[in-house]
Amino acid sequence: MDTVLLSRLQFAWTIGYHILWPAYTIGVSGFIVLVSALFLATGKPVYRELMRFWIHLFALGFAMGVVTGVVLSYEIGTNWSIFAAESANVIGPFFTYEVLTAFFLEAGFIGVMLFGLNRVGPKFHFFACVMVALGAMFSAFWILAANSWMQTPAGFTVDADGKFEVTSWWQAIFTPSLPYRFLHMVTAAYITGAFVVLGVSGFYLWQRRHADFARAGFSLALWIALILTPVQILLGDQHGLNTLRYQPVKLAAIEARWHTARHVPLTLFAWPDMAKERNDYAVDIPDLGSLILTHSWDGEVTGLTSVPPQDRPYVPLPFFAFRLMAGIGFLLLAIALAGSFLRWRGKLYETRWFAMLCAFSSPLPFIAILAGWTVTETGRQPYVVYGYLRTAEAAAALPVSAVATSLILFVLVYLVLLAAFFFYAMRLVLRGPEEERPEPPERVRPGIDTAPSRAWPGAAAKRAGPWGGGPWDKFK
Amino acid sequence: MTLDLPLLFALLLGFGIAMYVVMDGFDLGIGILFPFAPSDADRDSMMNSVAPIWDGNETWLVLGGTLLIAAFPVAYATLLPAFYVPLVLMLFALIFRGIAFEFRFRAERFRALWDWAFALGSALAGFCQGIVLGAFINGVPEQPGALSFLSGFAVVSGLGLVAGYALLGATWLILKTGGSTGAFGQRAARPALVATLAFIALISLWTPLAHEPIRARWFSLPNILFLWPVPFVTAVTALVIWRAVPSRYEAVPFLGSIFLFLLALSGLGVSVFPYAVPWRVTLWQAASSTPTLDFIGVGVLVILPIILAYLAYAHWIFRGKVRAGEGYH
Ligand code: HDD
Ligand code: HEM
Ligand code: HEM
Repeated sequence: MDTVLLSRLQFAWTIGYHILWPAYTIGVSGFIVLVSALFLATGKPVYRELMRFWIHLFALGFAMGVVTGVVLSYEIGTNWSIFAAESANVIGPFFTYEVLTAFFLEAGFIGVMLFGLNRVGPKFHFFACVMVALGAMFSAFWILAANSWMQTPAGFTVDADGKFEVTSWWQAIFTPSLPYRFLHMVTAAYITGAFVVLGVSGFYLWQRRHADFARAGFSLALWIALILTPVQILLGDQHGLNTLRYQPVKLAAIEARWHTARHVPLTLFAWPDMAKERNDYAVDIPDLGSLILTHSWDGEVTGLTSVPPQDRPYVPLPFFAFRLMAGIGFLLLAIALAGSFLRWRGKLYETRWFAMLCAFSSPLPFIAILAGWTVTETGRQPYVVYGYLRTAEAAAALPVSAVATSLILFVLVYLVLLAAFFFYAMRLVLRGPEEERPEPPERVRPGIDTAPSRAWPGAAAKRAGPWGGGPWDKFK
Repeated sequence: MTLDLPLLFALLLGFGIAMYVVMDGFDLGIGILFPFAPSDADRDSMMNSVAPIWDGNETWLVLGGTLLIAAFPVAYATLLPAFYVPLVLMLFALIFRGIAFEFRFRAERFRALWDWAFALGSALAGFCQGIVLGAFINGVPEQPGALSFLSGFAVVSGLGLVAGYALLGATWLILKTGGSTGAFGQRAARPALVATLAFIALISLWTPLAHEPIRARWFSLPNILFLWPVPFVTAVTALVIWRAVPSRYEAVPFLGSIFLFLLALSGLGVSVFPYAVPWRVTLWQAASSTPTLDFIGVGVLVILPIILAYLAYAHWIFRGKVRAGEGYH
């Protein structure tokens, strides 16, 4: 094994592991904002219970996101120093802006969100939750801007010693693939959050525990899933069209199209053979490929053989990963539709097989996200900066032994962490939401804690919000 | 007059590093003192005293890294691979001590395990940071090997930083906790102070002896006139901390320790200026292009004050001493 391959494996492992947590925290923080807003609006205790419960589970995932994220920010220098040195003029500031606009915002308000319930009033607590959710979005924006610039570089020139120089910040940030990637990724994260909530609530429904709590969460999450899964499929389609335009070779790999042609079929399944440049065991639907990709029956689609073999990605990876992601996309849509059908028939909370199905569906969006990134990242190989800098030329010249050791350690440590996470998350889930307790007694010591902590609206929820228990009732 | 952007960014980076060392310093320090705490209840309040803010503290480390890549990419690309081993070790250590904040509170059976993850992780992170600092002053060879960062000097500076962090942690406990935990902070502060001073003295003598450019900087003629008060001020600060430890001025030891750190850091700055990679690459050679510096400069100017404001507000919300049993758990 050489250093480049080891660094690639290590990067793929550490970032693939990291992205699971942002997906979870972006999604769940959005859900927390939603239920806190509902609580402020309606004063119903069940929304507060949902908020408290999900804040606990959110905190576990957030910590995982932070510790694995710090690793990445240094890995770009330790393992990809040539890439860093050549492209820092362009993407260095993106990382700085991510810290300034996102990480500090999250870190500044996370304390209030997790520990401040009894120190600040409900409105300010809500504000803190919004800031944390917003920070996570900003973070996604900047990091995806960096990634999108690497995919579809724009707004720069290359100077005499091979360094990228910015000519237009606007173009370098808003590269052609950024809008699609950002929307597709953020939607993926919200879908993930929805299916995690759906899974845990479904588990309670199936167990017939915490009925009110489970119904409220289940219902909200199902609405989110119903709205977002079709949106995600549409976004994915548009994303693919954009890729066809700016990264035609990647798209050819996704579809396993070897030769540029019109009237191309849609290949549902095949074994792409890199050496013979053709597909074995192909299951094709005639002309559908042209229709989906160019929105016309005889549209022309570029093939892999339009570039020499050393400029092509390893086709099976994006090909199969894409099918996995899209397959899961349609599966999630089917689940959302089935649930909505049951809701329409008034049997949503009693149908135990469906509750069980939801409990098992929580991992699916995570798998789709990993599959999606595999498409994106392996499909652009052999380049890190598409068309300009090859991956093999971007890596730091480190001793093989050092990278091999760190890779093994990262695998072991991350697996242990995952086990610990599941252990504690399971325990929180099994323990269930806390029963509404009376307000904690106020501990205010004169002279030290001058401001008394403001009390939360009591469990009886005397305060009806502007929509006073009205329209939201239907969703329960 | 045109602005000397690389110089301004060096100052900004210095500010980021100082913020990191002080802010994360006290919460790493709490981890370093963790095994010595008298009881489990004390460990609870130690952790609670930093739980709402440790993430913000660590973010300064991330800011430092991203400022380095954005403003001084040559330094970033030279230093990080050269310090691969200590940096990766530091990252592992930070993983364990960071995750311990969440897991320890949830743990029943494995609580002792997360105690150790927190303690060893904090100590190892501080030690690795000190190693990197020492190796940085030593300078990086053209073709670094996996272990070329290692030297007696680097190890001493690693231990020195651990002692310094312990001092910050102990004085933070005096300020932020009461009862037996505060008393523990008082007991730990003086030994930590002595150890810190010993390391400061050792490093201050060792650096000029081992490095000709640093010797020239400190002992050449006009400079020495400006610089001789530095050891004097250090000694006075140490005395003030020592006297204030068992007193009702609970903020003084902490503020004094911060001042001690700032002195040591500025000493370091004086020593290595104007190098971004000591004795090889200057700040101006390492800097990124002007449009890039302009672009970050605007962001920093506008956003950093806002950040400082809301971070201060977050600290204000959690002001006062930690209340027993507080936490969301
Ligand atoms: C789509 C979103 C997304 C993507 C693609 C990435 N991240 Fe991330 N990252 C987040 C979204 C996020 C987040 C949601 O903002 C996190 C998760 C938990 C958290 O605290 O913030 C986070 C945390 C996080 C942290 C810890 C911040 C802290 O101390 O609070 C760092 C340093 C990074 N990330 C760095 C990276 C790097 C260098 C990446 C790629 C090379 C990367 N992230 C990919
Ligand atoms: C967070 C979601 C992401 C995932 C899951 C992901 C996954 C991957 C994978 C699997 C590879 C290996 C491809 C291969 O070697 O064949 C890779 C490569 C790479 N990615 Fe990403 N990536 C993500 C986002 C990013 C971002 C945001 C950046 C930078 C800003 C980035 C930078 C790189 C670089 C530099 C490589 C080249 C090294 C390599 O080929 O392994 N990635 N990524
Ligand atoms: C049928 C539905 C879907 C289609 C047609 C689709 C399409 C695509 C395409 C073409 C790409 C590659 C973009 C490129 O780099 O060129 C992609 C990437 C990705 N997909 Fe999907 N997708 C679908 C469903 C999903 C679902 C359900 C999820 C997760 C819940 C998901 C998550 C991702 C992620 C995280 C990426 C990588 C980031 C990016 O480049 O946007 N996708 N998708």
